[in-house]
Amino acid sequence: MGRPFSFGPQVPSNTGQMGRSPCAIRAGAVIAVQEKIEGHDMEDLKSKYLGLIAAASDEAAIEDVRLAALGKKGEISLQMRELGKMSPEERMVAGPALNALKDEINSALAAKKTALADAALDERLRSEWLDVTLPTRPRRVGSIHPISQVTEEVTAIFADMGFAVSEGPQIESDWYNFDALNIPGHHPARAEMDTFYTHRAEGDDRPPHVLRTHTSPVQIRAMEAQGAPIRTISPGRVYRADYDQTHTPMFNQVEGLAIDTDISMANLKWVLEEFLSAFFGTKVKTRFRASHFPFTEPSAEVDIQCQWNNGSVTVGEGNDWLEVLGSGMVHPKVLAAAKIDPSIYQGFAFGIGIDRIAMLKYGIPDLRAFFDSDLRWLRHYGFSALDVPTLHGGLSR
Amino acid sequence: MKFTLSWLKKHLDTTASVDEIAEALTDLGLEVEGIENPAAKLADFQIAKIVHAEQHPDADKLRVCKVMTADGETQIVCGAPNAREGITVVLAKPGTYIPGLDITISVGKIRGVESFGMMASERELELSDEHNGIIELPSGEVGESFADWLSANDPSKVEPVIEIAITPNRGDALGVRGIARDLAARGLGKLKPCTVEAVPASFESDIKVTIDEDTLDGCPLFTGRLIKGVKNGPSPEWLQQALKAIGLRPISFLVDVTNYFTFDQNRPLHVFDADKVKGNLRVHRAKGGEEILALDEKTYVLPAGAMAISDDNGVESIAGIMGGEHSGVTEETVNVFVESAWWDPVQIALTGRALKINSDARYRFERGVDPEFTPMGLEHAVRMIVDHAGGEASEMVVAGGVPNFARAYKLDAKRVQSLVGMDIPESEQRQTLTALGFRMEGDMAHVPSWRSDVQGEADLVEEVARIASLTKLEGKPLRRASAGVPKPILTPLQVRTSVARRMAASLGYNECVTYSFIDQKAATLFGGGTDATRLENPISSDMSHMRPDLLPGLLRAAARNQARGFADLALFEVGTAFHGGEPGEQHVALSGVLIGRNGPKDVHGASRAVDVFDAKADIEAILASVGAPARVQIMRNGAEWWHPGRHGQICLGPKKVLGIFGELHPKILREMDIKGAAVAFTIYLEEIPLPKNTSASRPALEASELQAVERDFAFVVNADVEALTLVNAALGSDKALIEDVRVFDEFIGGSLGEGKKSLAITVRLQPKEATLTEKDLEAVSAKIVEKVTKATGGTLRG
Repeated sequence: MGRPFSFGPQVPSNTGQMGRSPCAIRAGAVIAVQEKIEGHDMEDLKSKYLGLIAAASDEAAIEDVRLAALGKKGEISLQMRELGKMSPEERMVAGPALNALKDEINSALAAKKTALADAALDERLRSEWLDVTLPTRPRRVGSIHPISQVTEEVTAIFADMGFAVSEGPQIESDWYNFDALNIPGHHPARAEMDTFYTHRAEGDDRPPHVLRTHTSPVQIRAMEAQGAPIRTISPGRVYRADYDQTHTPMFNQVEGLAIDTDISMANLKWVLEEFLSAFFGTKVKTRFRASHFPFTEPSAEVDIQCQWNNGSVTVGEGNDWLEVLGSGMVHPKVLAAAKIDPSIYQGFAFGIGIDRIAMLKYGIPDLRAFFDSDLRWLRHYGFSALDVPTLHGGLSR
Repeated sequence: MKFTLSWLKKHLDTTASVDEIAEALTDLGLEVEGIENPAAKLADFQIAKIVHAEQHPDADKLRVCKVMTADGETQIVCGAPNAREGITVVLAKPGTYIPGLDITISVGKIRGVESFGMMASERELELSDEHNGIIELPSGEVGESFADWLSANDPSKVEPVIEIAITPNRGDALGVRGIARDLAARGLGKLKPCTVEAVPASFESDIKVTIDEDTLDGCPLFTGRLIKGVKNGPSPEWLQQALKAIGLRPISFLVDVTNYFTFDQNRPLHVFDADKVKGNLRVHRAKGGEEILALDEKTYVLPAGAMAISDDNGVESIAGIMGGEHSGVTEETVNVFVESAWWDPVQIALTGRALKINSDARYRFERGVDPEFTPMGLEHAVRMIVDHAGGEASEMVVAGGVPNFARAYKLDAKRVQSLVGMDIPESEQRQTLTALGFRMEGDMAHVPSWRSDVQGEADLVEEVARIASLTKLEGKPLRRASAGVPKPILTPLQVRTSVARRMAASLGYNECVTYSFIDQKAATLFGGGTDATRLENPISSDMSHMRPDLLPGLLRAAARNQARGFADLALFEVGTAFHGGEPGEQHVALSGVLIGRNGPKDVHGASRAVDVFDAKADIEAILASVGAPARVQIMRNGAEWWHPGRHGQICLGPKKVLGIFGELHPKILREMDIKGAAVAFTIYLEEIPLPKNTSASRPALEASELQAVERDFAFVVNADVEALTLVNAALGSDKALIEDVRVFDEFIGGSLGEGKKSLAITVRLQPKEATLTEKDLEAVSAKIVEKVTKATGGTLRG
């Protein structure tokens, strides 16, 4: 093994002996001393103590071996003491050998100790067997009501389209609930809405307040406060005096409003189609039917494509239509009532039943059960606390 | 609103099928709610022939018939008197469902003789009330479907009936003609002319009509004609069929005529028996208290201001709503006074609502009847009466005049594009409006008298778009509110509400949504139940008052669950509670209840009754999750529904209550029927102050390299000293050094003596500059003892 590029004179190679080169000079003497101390004595000591260590069965036995070998009066300690009496040459040989023996026994002792401790631990662990199929300490699992969950789903979709969330009074004046929405005092629509009225004391001739029959009054208040342009949704509880298989006197609605200078019914259709497809997680075909609401003009009811199977409904396929919402272009009188100039601004509004679309999406059969707080229902149809619907993480759980 | 195809065809010349018509109607905004097809229920019935009939051996009124059917001769026992040899009959084979009897025919033995089916009467097939015998057909082949035979020979009996929902604006579509007009505008046929040759006047009416000056606003026009010498009786077959098909019961010809025009032209009429009218008719306002027995055989007391038609006998009719029994026509009526008047929608609605009468007339006048058609409607009715029942008609009596609602709006053809987003040529728009009865004059569209709902230019756009079909509208993307990533839209309160809700759920509570109205008893227990929050028309006494607090609803929900066998509950609700009856007198709260044990019994023995500190832990966790300040005061004196000694209000100062927790008062639990322990909390989300610093950046972390030291102290204090007082005193003794003070033991009485307790605290000291020496520790300990002693009057426990 030469160096391919060597500029100095080549030195005879003694590779492998480099570290011991001082000793190598006196190689003959070393061999003589080694034989004297190592010889059979060293080997015997080694095998004797390693044997004793191997045979030790507990911590105390190990300590006995240690004392016998390396204790103050231990056999090896005594031999170490002999080193002083040796000639330097002898010592140079015997010293390292004895030290090596001491190290070897020490590490054997340590290894045995560890082995014994491990064995003892294994023994203990074997006795510590637990039936891990036993149940845990009970931990309550909470749930989010479908109305809250679906409201957040709806909010996430409309937030992406720039709609804020407005809230407002649930006990409302009849002006905000009706008059401002182009439903004058004796309009048949008032009677058809099955309105709840609040009590007025004898002699109090003010018109009674109403429990809002829709969240439209919130939109009026939002327009008054903010003016145009505006995009907002108003989710919340609404009330109508009706109670049967498919109606509860309180239900939840989300209404939407977008007002600007150039918003048309074609935008409304696009927004609703986008919303319905995002909400149901599948492309939903819609049918816009002309209809009438006092507060919009033109007005349309919107049906979604669906299929009925044994009383349950699947959205987004089939040949049936299911009415899900009402919508239209905000009536100029409504804009004017909210102090927005209808000659400049126009826009759309719509209203959707939150409970209704929750039922459709999650296959919940009975509206009345939403408000009954039956623990079994809450657990079955409820949502996990941390399942926050987001557009990026998905809206359906 | 129901109608049949044949009725529609009186006004519409069309070849469209029922399905095509139904689809168009729904699209036009006249939503089809159902199509009833009478032929469907007759599908199984076949024509058969009796070839032999003989007396039943064992029953006088029964006959044993041999009947020829498509499957050969069969034997049927029949009780009809007209069952005889040679007649063509309608056969129900075994297994056939009989709609009029609601049974399915099976093979049976009647008085010992076998019978293989049934021969049907008209009533059994729901074709009429006729049940004197089985149907005898004048023609028909054995084996032919009866439904097919009816279609060919008596089509009106198997005509599909279309039912549509009419929105409140479309009074005109409450008459078949209005429906026909919409369909014609859509292009599904041609509207037929509607003319009548008026019956010539033969005499001057004995009955005159006046309208009081103060009633002209409610009844601007009243017309009538007296017809003498009519012969009332059953209506002709076609009229009876037409009314029956849409679910009306034929009464007598004169009454049926009024019903016919009500549905045909949305023109309600009334007929008086002229011989029972004393003197003249006067349209006026009720003083209040007048009684009238109406045609529905109920007595009504008129409210003051209601419009009435009276003669010298008194009130004869509740104007525009329902006629009176006294002057109503009967089979014997020979002289009839026919009324066609126009009544103001608002006044009709008011009176109708006050008297709770839902008549076809009220329904229509409320939604708008064509004022201009008032005299013409009368002429139609008089013509029909005279043509069928004879008699001679007087000249027309007229009081008032046709009210003038004439108006015109400018048709801006571009509005359809800008408002709806549809591209419809102006000529087509004009054509649509013309077809709907608008009169175009330049670009002004004059509104037809029957469309009281059209009140502005936007209505013109709506009409054009509706007829063109919104189904065909193409969606167009809504421009983003701003370019790029949408901005956050929730208010801080909305974000907090959502976080608090999800925190409560993650603490193991199930979210409930309970009704905002509760029973008065529960409302009263929680500080409400007064008239301010009372509903005038609750749906039941369980839902009479707006809730003052969320807890009563949750406790009611808990009681229902306990009744179902769930004893341990953790329920919460986020919502609005009402502290008054005015708009805005509401607040957003989050309430939770913990009832029973913290969990079912378990192998680890962890199950125990819930207590105040469970509620406190949860309210603190939720408050922390929404960023409420950590340093708060805990005050007592909460409302009376809490256990007086076991509740705390979490406050920032005496007036700022963020929330309250505690044990509920045992009386409340008894009243609300709750079993077991119950603790609760409420958080007033709007009260929690928003952070002053709105920057996203956090203050720098100060993590000392030096080791913290903990020292324990125990103090003997009076039993009424609150732990928080002691903790705050200790904390305040060296604000720089003391990081935390925790209570870890409480010991009451015993060797300490009556009225004393020991509180032990761990104080955590975090040096900032140098390791604490023994001397430092002694100094700070002395300060702690001094401060605590001063604040609590206690002593260091030796």
